[in-house]
Amino acid sequence: MKLEMKDSPGQLVAALKPISEVGGNIIAVIHQREPDLDDDTLNVQIVLELPEGRLERLVVLLKEQGVHIQRIGEERLLYKRTVILIGHLMHTDLSDTVDQIDSTGFAEVSELAMSMPAVHERSTSRITIKAVSKNDMEAALAILRRVSHQKSLLLIEPLEEIA
Amino acid sequence: MKVALIGMGSVGKGVAGVIARKDLGLTITGIADSTSGCVDPDGLDIANLLLNKSKNGCCGDRQISAMDVIKKADYDALIEVTPTNALTGEPAIGYIKTALLRKKHVVTSNKGPIALAYKELHALAHKNGVVLRYEATVAGAVPVMHTLEHGLAGNEILALYGVLNGTCNYILTRMADEGLTYEQALLEAREMGYAEADPTYDVQGIDAAIKLVILANTIWGNGVRLNDVDRTGIDLLTADALRLAEEEGCTIRLIAEAIPRKHILRVSPRILGKNHPLVVDGTLNALTLETDLAKEITLIGRGAGSTETASAIIGDLLFIKDRYARST
Repeated sequence: MKLEMKDSPGQLVAALKPISEVGGNIIAVIHQREPDLDDDTLNVQIVLELPEGRLERLVVLLKEQGVHIQRIGEERLLYKRTVILIGHLMHTDLSDTVDQIDSTGFAEVSELAMSMPAVHERSTSRITIKAVSKNDMEAALAILRRVSHQKSLLLIEPLEEIA
Repeated sequence: MKVALIGMGSVGKGVAGVIARKDLGLTITGIADSTSGCVDPDGLDIANLLLNKSKNGCCGDRQISAMDVIKKADYDALIEVTPTNALTGEPAIGYIKTALLRKKHVVTSNKGPIALAYKELHALAHKNGVVLRYEATVAGAVPVMHTLEHGLAGNEILALYGVLNGTCNYILTRMADEGLTYEQALLEAREMGYAEADPTYDVQGIDAAIKLVILANTIWGNGVRLNDVDRTGIDLLTADALRLAEEEGCTIRLIAEAIPRKHILRVSPRILGKNHPLVVDGTLNALTLETDLAKEITLIGRGAGSTETASAIIGDLLFIKDRYARST
């Protein structure tokens, strides 16, 4: 979201505080002074992650702090993972496999690349999944693991980043 | 220091050759292969024995068995390099126990006994005031155990990730580089001598899983077994899978991983960025250790080969010579 606030000490902290109060997680703060802007206002862009249904409460709290919200951006899917599936993908209803992820509401298949060898041979596909948070991604992958197991597909996952 | 060598396959010949060639202060007083044995308390003529072995297929007297050498020869440390039996660990477990009971140190490259009976053998060695070392069982020449024991002493190991099977790594490298099918790459690996006639043990991830079990028991003493490893091999991979990974700047490798805090003990083909430190080529092995103090450490080197594996065994022997057998 893009915020406009008074350029005086403590204002930025005042604007960020309500975010933690509603259980949000700040991912990035972009804080730029634009030369052609009125001297006493500050524009700040904040990328954040919020539990579902908390946005309205945050808007109220920010207004109480005297912060003007210029724009609230669209919800973005921030986490991306690419996996490979091998097996009889068409015969086991690939659109159902994809739909099991898409229907969660918190993750979606954003890209699918596929090779189609001879009819009786196993096919291979590369699937990119996007999700809102790391936990949602884990949940989506858990679904994919279960579906792969049920359909006897070989699921190749990326090696987890070393934490 | 006097040593007895049991097993005269590729590794045994490598060890004998290095001891004969280099002045390391090691004397071989007993040798046995699967059909014969020979003993000399003053030191055997290794060059002559190796020649005999290549000419006649056996190195000594057919009346003398491996167990005779282990029980009767005059030695300080036993080198046990017979082939791995992943199901029972025998006859190697029996050989090792006999030597330990005689209060002899043991150095082995044999994965069977360490994966199946490490706790018992370790306790037996301790009770008899000797040591059991097995650097050569995991990642060949790469000094994994020495690094854990000494270089990373005081560190808590949080997780490990490794490429522990050279055969699989060779197959995956060739599939990625040349667009070969799994079957073509396996055939090539056989022709190069990297794969056995029955490749099941390698390509289904069993060998990597055994090494993972050895590492987990060494590091965490958690008593895990082969059956505890969640295991997927590379034998169902398609050339398309490697191509699709490549399009994203990635490749596929068989990764063994252990992360105790997440209860993960797994061998499976995984997608990795091509610049990932574990993406090594050909028959190389690699191991990343994640620790609390040192953070990540990655070791890379040759996982197999006669002289390479001998390097790990010689390292263990000289460690024992230095620390326990200074007087001899």
